[in-house]
Amino acid sequence: MAILETQELTYTYSAGTPFEKTAVDHVSLKIEEGQMVGVMGHTGSGKSTLIQHFNGLLQPTSGKVLLDGKDIWEDKTKIRNVRFQVGLVFQYPEYQIFEETVYKDIAFGPKNMGLDEAEIKRRVLATAHDIGLSEELMERSPFELSGGQKRRVAIAGVMAMEPKVLILDEPTAGLDPAGRDKILSHIKAYHERAKNTILIVSHSMEDIATFADKILVMSKGKLFCYDDTVNVFARAEEISQIGLDVPQITKVFGELKKRGLDFGKEVYTVGYARDLLLRRLKEREVQ
Amino acid sequence: MLKDITIGQYFPGNSLIHRLDPRFKIVITLIFIIMLFTGKSFLCLAIGAVYTVIAVLLSKIKPKMFWKSVKPLLPFLIITAVLNLLLVSTGDIVWEWKFIKIRSEAIDISVFMIVRIVLLIIGSSLLTYTTSPITLTDAIERLLSPLKKLKFPVHELAMMMSIALRFIPTLIEETDKIMSAQKARGAEIDSGSFMTRTRNMISILVPLFISAFRRADELATAMECRCYHGGEGRTRLRQLKSAPRDYIALAVTILFFGAVIAVSILTKK
Repeated sequence: MAILETQELTYTYSAGTPFEKTAVDHVSLKIEEGQMVGVMGHTGSGKSTLIQHFNGLLQPTSGKVLLDGKDIWEDKTKIRNVRFQVGLVFQYPEYQIFEETVYKDIAFGPKNMGLDEAEIKRRVLATAHDIGLSEELMERSPFELSGGQKRRVAIAGVMAMEPKVLILDEPTAGLDPAGRDKILSHIKAYHERAKNTILIVSHSMEDIATFADKILVMSKGKLFCYDDTVNVFARAEEISQIGLDVPQITKVFGELKKRGLDFGKEVYTVGYARDLLLRRLKEREVQ
Repeated sequence: MLKDITIGQYFPGNSLIHRLDPRFKIVITLIFIIMLFTGKSFLCLAIGAVYTVIAVLLSKIKPKMFWKSVKPLLPFLIITAVLNLLLVSTGDIVWEWKFIKIRSEAIDISVFMIVRIVLLIIGSSLLTYTTSPITLTDAIERLLSPLKKLKFPVHELAMMMSIALRFIPTLIEETDKIMSAQKARGAEIDSGSFMTRTRNMISILVPLFISAFRRADELATAMECRCYHGGEGRTRLRQLKSAPRDYIALAVTILFFGAVIAVSILTKK
C-alpha cells in the first residue's frame, strides 16, 4: 500500500489578492513504502510547497493528503502526530540549531514526542551513529562545529524522531563534494537500516541517479512525471525542455547512440557506464 | 500571520502627495502634528480634519488602508476615552449609576481626544504610505545635516535606519522559515499551554538572533569591500530636488495652521 498519497492536491498562495499564485496544481501521486525517491524541479516549480504538505505544515486549498490511507487533516488537533511520522528537513537546516549541546539539539524532536529519557537517549545515539557523528561530539556546543557537521546534527534532529517518511530538501546544498558524498552515503546507510521511505529534493542529477529508485519531477506547479529512475532519464529530451538536466553520463551515451554506438540501455551512473564499456571491450577481444 | 504587519508600509503611486519632496513632507507632517495639538476647540479640530481629508483624497490611497493603521491602536483609544469619561469632574451630570457619573464635559473631551488621535494616526501614516523608506531616511539625513556641525553622526544614524528598514522583511521571512522548521520537529507554537509555548519561543529566538548577527557581520564585510567609509564626500544616485509644488503644499499647510491659531485666539476671548 502507498504510504503517502495525494489526491488532486492544490495550493494557492494569497488567494483573493492580486498576488494570487497557484504553487501546486492538482497533483495526484502515490509513494510506495520503503522507497527512495528523488524530487526534481526548477526553482519555483512548486516542489518545496508540495513537500510542506506531506507533513501538514501547509494545508491544501483543495484536495487531500493521505498518510497510511488516512486524510491527515481529518482531525486538526492530531496534526503534530503527522509531523512525527513524516519528518521534514528544510534547506540549510543548520540555521534551526539552538540548544547548548549537540545531544540536546538532536533530542529536541524526540522530547516533543513525549518519549522517556532512556528511549530518547537510545534514539539520539543511534541516529548520531547513523549520520556519522562521534560520541564525544555529543556534549560539545553545536555552534563550534564545522558547517558539514552542523548540517548532520540538524538532519539527525529530524531522523531521531524515527519518522516513517523522511523528506530532505536539498540536504547537500552549499557543501563541498566530500561533504556531499558523506551526507548522501550516511542517508543511504540509514535508509538501509531503518527501511523507511525517503524523499530527497536535489538539483544534482548525478546524486539523484545514484540513490533514487523513483523520480518525481515537478514543473510549473504540475506533476510532470513520477516514475522509475530508468524511465525518467529515458525521457532526457523532454526533461531538458522543462529546464532540467540529465546526468552528464546519460548525455554522453545519448550522443554515442546518435553516432551509431547503441548499448540498448539507459545509462545514468558512471559505475554502470564503466561496466557496460568494459563488457563491450571484452566482447571485442573475444571476437 | 507575520505578513500582516504594516509598520512603515509604502504603497507605490504617482499622486501629487507621492511626488512631493520627502523633506517637505516631513516638515509638513510635523506642522500638521503641532497644528492638531495647538487647537483646543472642535472648530480647530474640524480644520485639521478637512486638511486630512484633502490630503488623503489627493494621495489616491484607499481609505481602507488607513483603517488598517488605526485598528491596532483601538484598545489604546478606548482606554483613553473611558478614563476621560470617568475622571473628568466638571460639567453637568448627564447620566448616573451608583458611583459612576458621566458629565457632559467628559463626553466632549473623550470625543475630542479620539478624533485628535485618529487624525494624528492618519496624517502620519500618510507620510509612510506615500514615501518609500529609503527616500524617507535620505530626507531625514538632509534635514538633520545642520547637526553635523555639532559632531552629531547624522549620516551614520540615517544609514542605520535604512539598514534596519531594509532587513525587516528579510527577518520576517527568516522567522517564518525557522518557525516551520521547529514545527516540523514537533514544537508547539500555535497550540499548547502558555509554558510550553514560551519555552518553544527560545527555539525560534536563538536561531533568529544568530542569523541576525551573521547577516550584520556579512553586511559589514560587504560594505567594507566596497570601500564604504561613512558619509564624507559620498554622492547620491537620487538627488532630492524641490519643485514649486512643494512650496505650495508647505504654504497651504501653514495657512491651515494659521487658521487654527486664529480660531483658538478668537474663541478664547
